[in-house]
Amino acid sequence: MSQVSLNYLNAAKGLKSWFCTLDHKRIGIMYLICIAIAFGLGGFFALALRLELLSPKEILFTAKQYNQLFTLHGAVMVFLFIVPSIPASLGNFLLPLQLGAKDVAFPRLNLASWYIYVFGALFCVYSMVAGAVDTGWTFYTPYSIESATSVISMTLGAFILGFSSILTGINFIVTIHKMRAPGLTWFRLPLMVWALYATAIIQVLATPVLAITLLLLVLERTMGIGIFNPALGGDPVLFQHFFWFYSHPAVYIMILPAMGVMSELVTTFCRKNIFGYKMIAFSSLAIAIISFLVWGHHLFVSGQSDYAAMIFSLLTYLVAIPSAVKVFNWIATMYRGSIQIKAPFLYFLAFLFLFCIGGFTGVMLGALSLDVHLHDTYFVVAHFHYVMMGGTVMAFIGGLHYWWPKMFGRMYNETLALISWAFVMLGFNMVFFSQFILGSKGMPRRYYSYLDQFQPLHAFSTMGSWVLAVGFLLMAFYLIDSLLNGKKAPSNPWGAMTLEWQTQSPPLTENFLETPVVTEGPYDFGVEKQS
Amino acid sequence: MDTTLKTESLMDNGTTFFPQAVGPFAPSMDALFYFIFWGSVVLFIGITLLTIYFLVAYKRKREDQLATQQMTHNTALELAWTIPPTILVLIVFVWGFKGFLHMSVEPLGAQEIHVTGKKWFWEFAYPNGNKAIGELVVQVDTPVSLIMSSTDVIHSFFVPNFRIKRDVLPNRYTKLWFEADKVGNYQVFCTEYCGDGHSAMLGVIRVLSPEDYKAWLLEANSGDDLPLDKLGEKLYTAKACVTCHSVDGSPKVGPTWKALFGKKQSLVGGGSVVADENYLHESIVNPGAKVVAGFDNVMPTYAGSLSDREISALIAYIKTL
Repeated sequence: MSQVSLNYLNAAKGLKSWFCTLDHKRIGIMYLICIAIAFGLGGFFALALRLELLSPKEILFTAKQYNQLFTLHGAVMVFLFIVPSIPASLGNFLLPLQLGAKDVAFPRLNLASWYIYVFGALFCVYSMVAGAVDTGWTFYTPYSIESATSVISMTLGAFILGFSSILTGINFIVTIHKMRAPGLTWFRLPLMVWALYATAIIQVLATPVLAITLLLLVLERTMGIGIFNPALGGDPVLFQHFFWFYSHPAVYIMILPAMGVMSELVTTFCRKNIFGYKMIAFSSLAIAIISFLVWGHHLFVSGQSDYAAMIFSLLTYLVAIPSAVKVFNWIATMYRGSIQIKAPFLYFLAFLFLFCIGGFTGVMLGALSLDVHLHDTYFVVAHFHYVMMGGTVMAFIGGLHYWWPKMFGRMYNETLALISWAFVMLGFNMVFFSQFILGSKGMPRRYYSYLDQFQPLHAFSTMGSWVLAVGFLLMAFYLIDSLLNGKKAPSNPWGAMTLEWQTQSPPLTENFLETPVVTEGPYDFGVEKQS
Repeated sequence: MDTTLKTESLMDNGTTFFPQAVGPFAPSMDALFYFIFWGSVVLFIGITLLTIYFLVAYKRKREDQLATQQMTHNTALELAWTIPPTILVLIVFVWGFKGFLHMSVEPLGAQEIHVTGKKWFWEFAYPNGNKAIGELVVQVDTPVSLIMSSTDVIHSFFVPNFRIKRDVLPNRYTKLWFEADKVGNYQVFCTEYCGDGHSAMLGVIRVLSPEDYKAWLLEANSGDDLPLDKLGEKLYTAKACVTCHSVDGSPKVGPTWKALFGKKQSLVGGGSVVADENYLHESIVNPGAKVVAGFDNVMPTYAGSLSDREISALIAYIKTL
């Protein structure tokens, strides 16, 4: 083998070869860069607003600036980071590799999705510069109709980003149906693929509703069509129904791919076949479908009928069961395995514990009476972050570490990864566990100032945000450093069974020298011979 | 709202997670919370111990070491971890629903109070026509029904001690009821984000003993004998002017009152006006008429919320600053 082998990274040179690429791997990397920037930006807003909350008095920002900060934090993290995070970056890179295919079904459409994402992101950035929006990322009417900030550019940004999401979803669905390698039957697919499939279904079905809702909001602001504006006979709560009809399924757009990553991590690092393959695969689909029927649990105190509230509460509990079952499946998978604790597996463990806490508090919030007290307090903020950051972000980082050698052909520093993980875990729990207590004691969310008695916990939470920031900065450092100085990665550093590891690291532009033929399941590691 | 009025501490009283319980809803709700909490703690410890055991017992010792077993199904185990959790969450569901219904069905003969949410204060209207801002006075052990609406955006009325919350909407009435069983001053929050003054949209529910309540009824509308500027100073906090206007020159949501009287103010859209009695009166009853440059037109009208004497009192107070 020559010193520098040909791969997708060095196959063509120059900016044009990137901006005009049709290679799903390069597009995945371009998404990864954008998403990392968005995460950094959203994290910066988070640090700024936590800093302001160090004291109930003004520190750096006025009330209006604070309101803009939490809105931008939410909007950037949701629309620019977490929705596209795993599917668009890792998913794009992996899906054809895991299917034994050369590329996705529609490579040009794939590149178009990225350009649409960037175009939408530009609108969001414009909104930040030109009178940053202050409505909260939920854009609730009628406040969002009368707010003097640049609501329209941010909603148009989210509207455009939606199309990127829809097109990626369609691309993935067709790819999974049509591009599987010979012998790769549905039940031989890696669970990551099932998760991306379930995610794609929600992306295609739910995102148009968000697009319509945001467009109606823009029309309400510009033309006064009177759908949401009570002064014109509209119903502001209707907006909430529309919004959550997308945005609740959207939290499953965020968590399902993370669950797919979890299944890949646990099998590889335990050298075990997954426990309950079909159960996990079908529960992804079950979650995807039931997730469309639970949006009303965001409206328990909005004045919707008690009957509707009861149905929504019941359905919420039904969707909780498949999630719980997945957790049990992952734990059972570890039983009698050959467990190697490496950085990706540490993030598997982080997800496991943090997601459990997110799930338990979700059971509290789903109970109608308890939700009355907890709704719109810091308890909800903490719950959401335990699920989204403790769940999705941990899995995303775990997946990033897992596939990093495949993506870039380099190994990162394992010791620094362990230290950074410890900072992230400590910081995260400091920031958000304190918020559970704040919330159930009565501290409302989206408060610029607060009663003096809440200050100790707020200060603790803010200090946690600094610990968390140190963890992420360290991670950014050793990952970037690995690109320059990292050890060369072998084609299969973890000894995994799925197809992406059966080609070189980084892969060729065409992925495989020959189309692989699949004869067994994705996790058939075999057992130790009895000596 | 009288800022000197201290509310019961939410952090110091009550249990680890909840503020002091007042009224009929807390017992069932708090018990449900701790039922889920302790169930979760047990499950979490179980999961943690099991995971740690697996990590230690099945740690990879040789690079090429494989698993010692490949179990992919176990129907009994799968039923065991699916059915009991399902039953548990259904118990939680029914428990929560019953508590929720309790809150929805108000008792007959409750005292009706109309609550209006405005940016950024709460106005309470008593059956006799009296109005108060930021402070609701009720008698202990008496059911009270709140009939709520908003004049602008969506607000939400939250009393942590009572465990009650409901959105306050601009286009329809929503209702809430409570029956305080302990004397005290209880904190009210707005919990639906409503703009710059959201976190200042606070209130107090004063629960009085029957004797104190009678005394309060007799003494209500006192202030008739106060000098105008002193009454104005009292109204400055009592009517929530303090939320948006400072008296020390610092800018808030609205212009400061310090040295305001007689000052020439530039207006939004050009022009200027001298802040005399007529301008101040107009700005209280029709705030949108002449908005000072640099500020948004966000103040709600106080017409009907303040008597003529009270408006005169506020103007007299501003003159002293």
